[in-house]
Amino acid sequence: MWRIRAFEERVGELTRADEVHGLVHLSVGQEGVAAGVCGSLRDDDAVYSNHRAHGHAIAKGAPLDGLMAELMGRDGGVCRGLGGSMHLVDAAHGFLGATGVVGGNVPLALGSALAARLAGSDAVAVVFFGDGAVQSGIFVESVNLAALWGLPLVLVCENNGFAEFTPRSAHTNVERVSDVVAPYGLARETVDGNDVLAVRDAFAPFLAAARSGEGPFLLECLTHRLRGHYEGDPAHYREALAAEEWQRLDPILRLQRTLGVDGVDEETAARADVEAAVAAARESPFPDTRLTRSLVYA
Amino acid sequence: MAHELPYIAAIEEAIREEMERDPSVLYFGQNIATHENDPFLQAFGPDRVRVTPISETAEIGMAVGAAFAGYRPVVELYMAEFMLVAMDQVVNEAPRFHYMSAGQVKVPIVLKAGYGFTAGWAGQHTGSIYGMFMGVPGLKVAVPATAADAKGLMTAAIRDDNPVVFFHHYLLTLEHGDVPDGEYVLPLGQANVVREGSDVTVVAIGFMLGKALAAAEQLAGQGIACEVIDPRTLAPLDTATIIRSVEKTGRLVIVDQSTRHGSAAAVIAAEVASDGFAALKAPVKLVTALDATIPYSQPMEEYLLPDEAKIVAAVHEVAAAVPA
Repeated sequence: MWRIRAFEERVGELTRADEVHGLVHLSVGQEGVAAGVCGSLRDDDAVYSNHRAHGHAIAKGAPLDGLMAELMGRDGGVCRGLGGSMHLVDAAHGFLGATGVVGGNVPLALGSALAARLAGSDAVAVVFFGDGAVQSGIFVESVNLAALWGLPLVLVCENNGFAEFTPRSAHTNVERVSDVVAPYGLARETVDGNDVLAVRDAFAPFLAAARSGEGPFLLECLTHRLRGHYEGDPAHYREALAAEEWQRLDPILRLQRTLGVDGVDEETAARADVEAAVAAARESPFPDTRLTRSLVYA
Repeated sequence: MAHELPYIAAIEEAIREEMERDPSVLYFGQNIATHENDPFLQAFGPDRVRVTPISETAEIGMAVGAAFAGYRPVVELYMAEFMLVAMDQVVNEAPRFHYMSAGQVKVPIVLKAGYGFTAGWAGQHTGSIYGMFMGVPGLKVAVPATAADAKGLMTAAIRDDNPVVFFHHYLLTLEHGDVPDGEYVLPLGQANVVREGSDVTVVAIGFMLGKALAAAEQLAGQGIACEVIDPRTLAPLDTATIIRSVEKTGRLVIVDQSTRHGSAAAVIAAEVASDGFAALKAPVKLVTALDATIPYSQPMEEYLLPDEAKIVAAVHEVAAAVPA
C-alpha cells in the first residue's frame, strides 16, 4: 500500500508541475482495496480497472518505472506513452486495462472469465469499478450475463460514496451496491475497504470458489477517496475530511496499528522506488511519431 | 471450381469453415443456437456457440475480453442499429485497446450486422450507417455485395487480428452467386473493378452495386462506357483503385444507400477531390439517400432511395461533354 500511496502522492505533485500532463485520477485512500484483492492474484488472472487505476496496476505487479514513464507520456511507459493514466495496460502481469468510460471495463472482464472457462483454466477475472458505475445499464447487463453463465468473475466495487462530483444519494435509492445485485443470486459481501486484512479475508473465499469454476461474486468495499475526482478538482461538493477522521480511516495507518509497526521502512523504501521511477521516466524519450500509424491496426 | 449459394449461406459457410479450422473461433449473439438441432450447435457445441440475452454492450465487451485472451469471437448482432446500443464498446473499447496498449493486446473480433432493409422495416431497422464506423481508427468495415465476396470477406474478417464490422445487406440475403470452392480469402482493403469502362467511374456500395451494373448496361446502349467499382471494404478504403480509375475516365459518380452526410460516398468524394483533382473533368456526383429517416410507407421509401434512374441521370450529368 505504501508503494501506491507514495506513487499517487508524487503523481499529484507532478501533475501540478505539468510533468504529468492531462487528466489524472488518484486513488489515495483506496489502497486497501487494491492491495487486499490483488495481493492474492496471479499473473494469469485478468484484472480490469477504471479511470482510477494506478493503485490496481501497482498492486497487480505493474512496474513503477513503466507506470511513471507512461504517465509522463514516454516511450519507456507500459504503453509507450499511447495509453496514459486512464488506459494503462500491463498484459505480462495480467493487468488488462484501465478504461476511461465508466462501466466500459465490466463486460471486458466477462470475456476474460469466459476465456478461462473455455480454456479449462483456474484463472479468474476481477474487475474494479466504483459505486457510480453501478447505475449504468452495462453494469447490470454484465451482472445478469455473468450470473446466467456462472462465470468465474469477481466484481469488486470501491464504494467511496461519490460518483464524480455527487454523493450516492443523488444517484440511486439503493444505498448498498450489494443490494443492487441481489436479484441475480450471486454471492456477495460488503466489507470495510479501508481494512486491508478484512478485504483480503473477504476476497479469499470468492477467489477460491472462482478458481474451481464458480461465480460470479461481488465484493463491495466501503472506502474513502481522499482527493478530488480528478487532480485539480476543488471538491466544493463535499466537506473536507478532518485530519483526525482521516487518521482513523487511513488504510495504511490502520494496518500499521493492527500489526504494531510504524511503517517507516516501508514508506522510505516506497518513496525511494517512486523517486527512482521518476528519474528513469524523465530520462525516457518520447515515442516515435511513426508509432501512431503502425499501431492503428494489429 | 465454384458452387452456387445464396449470400446468407455464403456467410454462414465462411463462419463454419473457420470454426472448423480454428478452435479459437467462437460464435455468439441473440437468437443463435435456439434449438438443439441448430447446425452450429451440433457441429461445435455449447461452449463455442452461445445464445445471449438482449445485451449488445455486454456481448461485444465480452467478445473484446475473450479476444484479449486469444479467442476470435464472431458476434451476431442482426441489425446495424443494434450496434448503436453498444457504441462505447464498438468505438471506445474494441478498436482502441491494441493502440492504447502499444500492441500488448489484440482484438480479433467480428461484429456481424445486417443493414439496409428498405422493405418496409421502417426508421430504426433500415439504415445504412456504415459511415459512422468507417472513420473509427482501428475498426475495419466490410460491405460485401455478392455471395462470393461475402464468403471471402467473412473468412478474411475472422482471420484478421483487428475488430471488423461485417455489414451484410438484408436485400441481398437470398441473392445467389457462384462461390469459389475450397478456402477463399479476400483481403480486406481491396476494391473490385466489376465492369471496365473508359467514360465514367461509378463506385457503388453493397446493394447499390446491382443497380449500378444495371444502369451501366443501360448507359452502354447510349454510348457511355461506365467503369463500375465495388470498394468491398470501407475501412481500409482502397482509394488507389478508385483514383486510378478516375485518372482514366475523369468523371466520378458514387452510389451509396446511406444518407448523404453520413455516407461513405462523401468520404470517397473528398479523397478523390483531394488526391485526384487534376484528373477530374466534372464535379463528383453523389447519388445517396436523402438526408431523412427512411419512412415506412413504401412509395415514400422508394422516393428517398437511390435507384437505377437516378444513377443514369447522375452519369449523364458528369458525362455531359461525352459525345453520344
